[in-house]
Amino acid sequence: MSSFVDENTKVIVQGITGHQGSFHAGEMLKFGTKIVAGTSPGKGGTKFMDKIPIFDNVSETIHLKPDATMISVAAPYVKDAAMEAIYSGIKIIYILTEHVPFHDSMEIVHNARRMGSIVLGPNGPGITAVGKCKIGIMPNKIFKKGKIAVASRSGTLTYEIVNAITEAGMGESTVIGLGGDPVVGMNYIDVLKEFEKDDETEEIVLVGEIGGSNEEIAARYIKENISKKVVAYITGRSAPQGKRMGHAGAIIEKGVGTAESKIKAFGEAGVKVAEYPVDIPSLLE
Amino acid sequence: MGKSIFREYGVPVPEGYVVENLSDVKAFTKPVVIKSQILLGGRGKSGGIKFAKTEADLKKGVSELLGSKIRDYTVSKVLIEEMIDIKKELYVSVTLDRTSRSPIIMATSQGGVEIETLPRENIFIKTVDPILGYSDFMSREAIKFMGLSPEVGKQFAGILRKLYQIFEEKDCELVEINPLVITGDGKVIAADAKVIIDSDSIFRHKEFNVVDPEKTPLELEANAAGYSFIELNGNIGVIANGAGLTMATLDALTLHKGYPRNFLDLGGTDNVEIVAKAFEFVLKANPKAILVNIFGGVTKCDTVATGIVEAKRRYKIAQQIVVRLSGVKEDEGRKILSDAGIEAFPGMMSAIERVVKIAGGN
Repeated sequence: MSSFVDENTKVIVQGITGHQGSFHAGEMLKFGTKIVAGTSPGKGGTKFMDKIPIFDNVSETIHLKPDATMISVAAPYVKDAAMEAIYSGIKIIYILTEHVPFHDSMEIVHNARRMGSIVLGPNGPGITAVGKCKIGIMPNKIFKKGKIAVASRSGTLTYEIVNAITEAGMGESTVIGLGGDPVVGMNYIDVLKEFEKDDETEEIVLVGEIGGSNEEIAARYIKENISKKVVAYITGRSAPQGKRMGHAGAIIEKGVGTAESKIKAFGEAGVKVAEYPVDIPSLLE
Repeated sequence: MGKSIFREYGVPVPEGYVVENLSDVKAFTKPVVIKSQILLGGRGKSGGIKFAKTEADLKKGVSELLGSKIRDYTVSKVLIEEMIDIKKELYVSVTLDRTSRSPIIMATSQGGVEIETLPRENIFIKTVDPILGYSDFMSREAIKFMGLSPEVGKQFAGILRKLYQIFEEKDCELVEINPLVITGDGKVIAADAKVIIDSDSIFRHKEFNVVDPEKTPLELEANAAGYSFIELNGNIGVIANGAGLTMATLDALTLHKGYPRNFLDLGGTDNVEIVAKAFEFVLKANPKAILVNIFGGVTKCDTVATGIVEAKRRYKIAQQIVVRLSGVKEDEGRKILSDAGIEAFPGMMSAIERVVKIAGGN
């Protein structure tokens, strides 16, 4: 088994005719993801790449029994798109879009939880179960099937680290981007629980950054609950206080959210922290 | 701005008016506070606030403040506000708790100081479920915690309900009153108002058009052109893709005793012009050398390389450019650069070492 998604996961893409949606849907198909439908209001009845049916509304895709959706619509429309997916009973809702107002994200996340769905993102690269299913925008060619699970708040930095793991001759089981926003659907603990259960995962890499205190909370959780080896990388050690470092969530506010605090917390939990992203493989077995 | 939102929602604030000219000052009737209208905290410490007990004090204070400079910002407006008879100072706020992904209410009877300096057990904290929303029992709990009298409590309850409404309706990151004053005659008044709006929500709040006062002119210019850009104090210009990788690049430079001049995240792009134009802002920061660190995915390495060559030609860049290209189309990208005489490395660490050597520390 793997975490959250596998080779049987049926996926729809909301916003499949958009610039981002169509490009990444194409890449996901190449990866081997089972995309069963796309939606785009007004384009119902047409096909994506001559094979994937397009519908106007998510409710019309229900007969195809989708398990997951990728939402790639403009920020003002994300809340409605997510509500549509929640109402249709889709269990995994990945939101690619950046700049979603966090008040919308709060509603999406809490509504999804009440209805038994999980949210990935907003503003993250998605999830990849290597060799089985990719939902999101991670580059196809960086992965190699292996035993290391990766969870990150970042996009390209995740690719850098995954690539380093692959080049070191190791490989990945599941790679998850949690999202760079202040409010995202899943935190480290949600994914650590899955990685601990997953028999395809032997070691875990957490990639954190400044802002908030989720890394500190994760460190305490690891100490008590995780038997597998965990290593980490934290970015933003050189970031000045009060500046948003690209991600809306990457900000040191009134001394909270510093890299030092996160590195210290991981140290106390016995989690080794790499100085540079490329050092991650040397900390793994 | 905070106080005008409070007035709109009926949160009591001191009586006052804003003037831009000395001639607009109304006749003196009671003691007032004159406050510089700038979007910066700590204006009291910077001399931006004056007190007036006479007509002469008032005119002198207004004329001194108008046109004065506070940390590079020229004061063009002042607020003239009734002086409040302060009996007690409270604190109340609504903000986001990232961990629970929910709004939290914080209140304490020890207002007037920075909330972070108080022990946690002295602060009333209530997490609000964003779907269930706010309800009045929350203010009853807060009133009991703070030990407010029934008369004061009733006013506090009205204020908290309105604060939560502002937090929701105006897409706020923070709505804070510090201090929330109890006056000598038992009235509860917001002596200060801090309202921070989520910048991602501006598309549905056309009523706001606020420039972030913490940003430099160059940052604002680069942001307007669509780049995530931050000025720093060093001498190495930095362009990378993705916020996390850009931050990691700054960290790696710093650990190598190199000093970044800026943070510039290209984002995910496959557009030569977006790459080329990024150099315009980095060059305006006048760095000694420039480092480009790209892990190609959506952003393809050959596109980036073409953009770099174009920028070098267009802006006649004299500084040395050190490039790291890895990922999608890396071989094509590195060939384009080497044909143009620009150094390109496959690994991040060798590029970092090279650029630090060129820039030679700070």
